[in-house]
Amino acid sequence: MSYLFDTNEGARYLMMGNDAIVRGALEANVNVASAYPGTPSSEIIENLSKASQKRNIYVEWSVNEKVALEVAFAASIAGLRSICAMKQNGVNVASDFLLHVALSGTRGGIVLLHCDDPGALSSINEGESRHFARMIELPLLEPGDFQEAREMTRWAFELSEELRSIVIMRSVTRLSHASGNVTLGRLGTPDGKARFKYEAVPGDPDSGPVITMPVPPHHALLQEKLKKAIAIFEKSPFNTYTGPEKPELLIITCSACNLYSREAVHLLNAQDRVGILKIGTTWPLPPKLVARHLAMTDRVLFVEEVLPFLEENVKVIAAETASEVGIKKFYGKNDGTMPTINEMNPDIVVDAVKKILGVEYTAMDEGYAKHAKEHLAALAPVRDLTFCPGCPHRASFWNLHNALAMDNRRGFVCGDIGCYTLGFLPCGFSTMKTSHSMGSGIGIASGFGKLTQFGMDQPILAVCGDSTFFHAAIPALVNAIHNKSDVIFVLLDNSGTAMTGFQPHPGTPLDAKGGPLPTIDPADICRSLGATVEYADPFDTDETQKKLLALMQEKGARVLIMKQMCALSPEKKGKKMFEVRVDQELCRGDTCGCSRLCTRIFRCPGLVWDSNRQAAVIDEVICAGCGVCVSICPSGAIKKTEAGR
Amino acid sequence: MNAGNLIHDPYNAIITGVGGQGNVMASRILGNILSRKGYFVTIGETFGVSQRGGSVMSHLRISKKSVWSPQIPRGQAHIVVALEPTEAIRVIAAYGNPAVRVLSNTRPIHPVGVIAGELKYPSLDEIRASLGELAAEVALIDATGEAMKLGQAILGNVIMMGAVAGAGVLPFNAEDFREVISETMSADKVDVNMKAFSKGEEMIKGCAVI
Repeated sequence: MSYLFDTNEGARYLMMGNDAIVRGALEANVNVASAYPGTPSSEIIENLSKASQKRNIYVEWSVNEKVALEVAFAASIAGLRSICAMKQNGVNVASDFLLHVALSGTRGGIVLLHCDDPGALSSINEGESRHFARMIELPLLEPGDFQEAREMTRWAFELSEELRSIVIMRSVTRLSHASGNVTLGRLGTPDGKARFKYEAVPGDPDSGPVITMPVPPHHALLQEKLKKAIAIFEKSPFNTYTGPEKPELLIITCSACNLYSREAVHLLNAQDRVGILKIGTTWPLPPKLVARHLAMTDRVLFVEEVLPFLEENVKVIAAETASEVGIKKFYGKNDGTMPTINEMNPDIVVDAVKKILGVEYTAMDEGYAKHAKEHLAALAPVRDLTFCPGCPHRASFWNLHNALAMDNRRGFVCGDIGCYTLGFLPCGFSTMKTSHSMGSGIGIASGFGKLTQFGMDQPILAVCGDSTFFHAAIPALVNAIHNKSDVIFVLLDNSGTAMTGFQPHPGTPLDAKGGPLPTIDPADICRSLGATVEYADPFDTDETQKKLLALMQEKGARVLIMKQMCALSPEKKGKKMFEVRVDQELCRGDTCGCSRLCTRIFRCPGLVWDSNRQAAVIDEVICAGCGVCVSICPSGAIKKTEAGR
Repeated sequence: MNAGNLIHDPYNAIITGVGGQGNVMASRILGNILSRKGYFVTIGETFGVSQRGGSVMSHLRISKKSVWSPQIPRGQAHIVVALEPTEAIRVIAAYGNPAVRVLSNTRPIHPVGVIAGELKYPSLDEIRASLGELAAEVALIDATGEAMKLGQAILGNVIMMGAVAGAGVLPFNAEDFREVISETMSADKVDVNMKAFSKGEEMIKGCAVI
């Protein structure tokens, strides 16, 4: 039975951290769940939408994180329980509204669940969203393993109702996308009737209008809530200590770093010398609990990701209680013991503890390590990121690259977030020259387009995916058109939020459950803004390049929609459009004069160089059958035939 | 729930390959099999953008005692299961030791740097010699080749799982595999997956170990 519906309390499952969060929310009888997809958070809403097939939950993929939080907030002030999930960047997007939610307060339990990505394993930044909790004055929880992810999520709703405040819970990739054993709690039947009560005077927490003014009293009330949170956190079972009564070294840690710290102490066999204080309630910190543990030892090591958040907050308590707990020697990020970038792992903790305690540990024999490293350098070629075989983005960037080259005025492409971010790499022919936040490609292009009065004469193009278009590109496009900025907006429409697993968006006809919804056509929006809209199939390279070249000669608001479905979409995956082969008679290899255009420049993983035959060849296991490479061979050696479908 | 003793506790397995080879699926199925047998299982995975042509790795920690870190410490792998042979070398450089066992598919997937002519891909003989030097035991099988005979190259991951079972290092068999996949797959899919699994078991038994 799926963990989503199992009523057998105490049953044990192997669960991803995100699954454990889902189960916790279900045990809390969550009513409403909203999100914008983003790795590593996306599975939370995906699995809650599965649960909504049998339970009365409203689940929504919202247009962006700010709106997602607004949707969840509406449920809260209508007396329901809600959860809103996002990746670290999402908190930036939602933060303007979050600041006001903190001040206005909430009613039904509401949890903002953000999954940070230390090391940027699937991000283009490693932003730390924990600082929002301190900045906006909201309680922050961080589970220390998979079991806690379930229990803490469940409790977060109760805490939110007790405090009348939104509660922030932070996961990281190594919890959200890692798996461990989780024992289930009781699953009740969801109830709750939605009604927004506004009849009482403003400021009445149960039935008044929900506003933030007058501000100073609301701000004071928020700070009262934090004091109450501290009192609760002093007794929280999510703050645990493991180790001797008088450790030589106290590790203070949280989140996945708790698991790394435990592993390191085990590897060093230092259980009798090192204690671990794992904190689950990381803001506001419970000062008495922290002081009590500081008093146990003279040396403290902080293990956390990514910036010194716990470290700096604990140091404030240490300074304030110095007369009681004594002076400590601190090791962490500020003194250089721990790195301030990238994710942690057990070895980083081992190295720190080794140095501090002067113990011996060799992870890998020096000779073996040297030997293995030599083999790595000689025999395991680096795998650069690339577009998948059959990816429409490879064709789109090929077209953009060639059209810009033919135009020959040093034009360039501004981009943003999606698989197409890889357009800055050789797999995208290094066509993309800027890449920042969602929708910022067209925003930056809008700015570039107004620099003509300073002599800028390069053609300016912006690319943007279909999901990103709705998320954050529309205001920037409005800005560009309204201000007569001379740019071409290229919509890379691959029919879904492909990078995170094909979640629907307003341009697609389905809701989170798979039920029908009306679609909103980006072309209609662009036309209504006064832009000319043209379409191209990026797989038709000649036609697409001609259109791009013609658009570059024109002025005014121009939009080109390059439409071709993602190769991994459920509709396309595993189905070849064409059988592609290289005619070995026609491929002239190195004698051709094309200088291996197909493999050296086009670089599709499905078209490889056979060094024995000195010719290009299709790898039939990898080729997705898009047929685009047929158009690039000057000898006409690459052939395609319709695949039998 | 009568978990037997393991050769090592935690037993550290790394399943590696290239995005799109079914690495994550293999680690989850294996994890679920062992979790049902009563072991604590922790899996750390790297996927997301790394999938786009990049190296993919799953760390499995299997234990009778507790959950462990989702990242295996340096030099601590007991077995490396590679769906792509050069990935075995990459993993060993970080997690290998003289006692490590390697089970690898022989089918190469060329990185784009190799396709572009900027990097060199080693011959199978070079790979075999390298793994033979770095690991205690190495078995190489053409899992993808056999999977293609079954009609789907992607089944290479299941053949490799069959090979792990056949190697006898972890306590699971074909029936355990069937039980887990039957819950999510249709009957005809179960059938071809079972064929792939048996093929892997059979291949490893006939495979010369270096």
